[in-house]
Amino acid sequence: MQRYFISRLGQSALLLIGVIILVFFMVRVTGDPARLMMPREASAEDLEAFREVMGFNRPLYVQFLDFFSGAIVGDFGDSLHFKTPALQLVLERLPATVHLAGIALIFALIIAIPIGLIGGFNPGSVVDTLGRGLALAGQSIPNFWLALIFILFFAVRLRWFPSFGRDEWHSVVLPATVLGLPVMGQIVRLTRSAVLEIRGEDFIRTAYSKGLEPRTIYIKHVFRNVAIPLISVIGVQFGYMLGGSIYIETIFSWPGMGQLIEQSIGWRDFPLIQAIAVFTSVVVLGLNLITDLTYAFIDPRIRYGSS
Amino acid sequence: MAVHDTQRQADSLLDVEQSIKDRFAYIGRLLWRDKSGVVGLIFFLTVVVAAVFTSLIAPLDPLAQDLRASKMPPAWSEGGNWDHPFGTDNLGRDIFTRVIYGARVSLTVGFFGVLIAGVLGMVIGSIAGFIGGRVDSTIMGIINLILSLPYLLFVVFIAAILGRSLLNVILIFGITDSPIFARVTRGEVLRMRDSGYVESAISAGARWPRIIFDHILPNLIGPLITLATFEMSAMIFYEAGLGFLGLSVPPSVPSWGNMLAAGRKYLTSYPWIATLPGLAIVWTSLGMNLLGDWLRDVLDPRLRRSRK
Repeated sequence: MQRYFISRLGQSALLLIGVIILVFFMVRVTGDPARLMMPREASAEDLEAFREVMGFNRPLYVQFLDFFSGAIVGDFGDSLHFKTPALQLVLERLPATVHLAGIALIFALIIAIPIGLIGGFNPGSVVDTLGRGLALAGQSIPNFWLALIFILFFAVRLRWFPSFGRDEWHSVVLPATVLGLPVMGQIVRLTRSAVLEIRGEDFIRTAYSKGLEPRTIYIKHVFRNVAIPLISVIGVQFGYMLGGSIYIETIFSWPGMGQLIEQSIGWRDFPLIQAIAVFTSVVVLGLNLITDLTYAFIDPRIRYGSS
Repeated sequence: MAVHDTQRQADSLLDVEQSIKDRFAYIGRLLWRDKSGVVGLIFFLTVVVAAVFTSLIAPLDPLAQDLRASKMPPAWSEGGNWDHPFGTDNLGRDIFTRVIYGARVSLTVGFFGVLIAGVLGMVIGSIAGFIGGRVDSTIMGIINLILSLPYLLFVVFIAAILGRSLLNVILIFGITDSPIFARVTRGEVLRMRDSGYVESAISAGARWPRIIFDHILPNLIGPLITLATFEMSAMIFYEAGLGFLGLSVPPSVPSWGNMLAAGRKYLTSYPWIATLPGLAIVWTSLGMNLLGDWLRDVLDPRLRRSRK
């Protein structure tokens, strides 16, 4: 377990270094980061002055070492738009995004797990058909389009929920529903196939043959095994929602990180975008790490297997 | 005698799929049995027809503005007429025509994006799978790095840097999506390399080209076609998303994402400007996902999608 923990931790650290390298070179692929970040009508003197201030006229390896040593301790320089430290701006937006993604995830789990379980136990039933429809809808309907439809119907016509902002307690309902729908579909699919697979396992047949109550079998043998793939997917889905929130937060004017990404692209505020990219990657890598470790903790096959 | 019988039995089993005509008939029967696959195919074909015969279906000019006829509602609602079946947008351009033209952009991005991702992925995945060892672990390390990133965020990031053009969008999706193809290819290659039939082909003295073209490629095609269908659907989806953020093809090009982005401003008063182009994305995506589900069942029941 300890060895697995250490190797997994080292792997995450390597991935993080990879992300920082990637983010550094991405703003330089066009050759001139100054031209990328400055307005198109900027004069040659302005560009030169900007290069001087940003240090873009230094040798590449000096720039890289500078960026890297800053990024490791969370210093991405100042935002071009706000003139304040970029990471701080990202952190200010974090609670709103966690609020939105958290509610979306809870909402998705509460609806998806029962549907997936029932569907897995009764393939072809009404609930199962509903679940498969939900999975297909989540996969096929773009959330930026669904968000517009929801605003038209629930906010403009029915006036049940506000269509933008985060001021009221029920402001979160529409954006969280839209953000959670694809996740819901995925979890229904996963739960259903996990139940179907586990139901056919030898140990379930053994449990039946030794005369256990079906209820006991469901709870003690099936549910506990379904939980394993579920845990592994929750972390991934949460990371996915951080990306998906770009559209949702933009459309619903939700003051989180997704909205900040959209805004900073409009401002061509690349130091801020770099900070968001690295920060989000850290969150996603961290979630993956926690997921894998939880997984190993629950599933002895991984704990004792090869590391 | 017994040997001879077994031989004949084996041949007759193979006969089922021997001629190309029989093979198509077989696939047709399989398709017909799964009605959702038929629906998916029909949905997808309508989009292909729209993209290929664009100017025949939509004779109007997608860029022609007519400010006197702007913001006309669709034909089925009050005030609309069949000159503009889906109504007109804020500049008086015919939305139906633009939706049909949008199919071109979406399918071009989806098709070439998947082509690049598929070819790149197959080459990288095969190299990793065949050579193994340190090459394999390095390649897989990079692939795992890319797959563990928040995908959408990085696509948006790159698109913002490279600027709006069709070629850039295709290249972005083609390159960022290749790791998935590489991973599937590598997995299949590894599985096949250790399988009995490749081993027996080697021991029968077959050379590598023959093993690759006769034994490995045919077995790779199934899973890769299934994957390609899902990935093409995802790319069409993401292209529209980039367009919605103003990061895909230039604003003058009638694409579904651009239309959604432009129509958003008029959402509450003239909703059809945004909702109808969005419906085209749902239509395409639904069709391709149904088709993909069916292909997965028919071609390769083992493949499971790993990322969305």
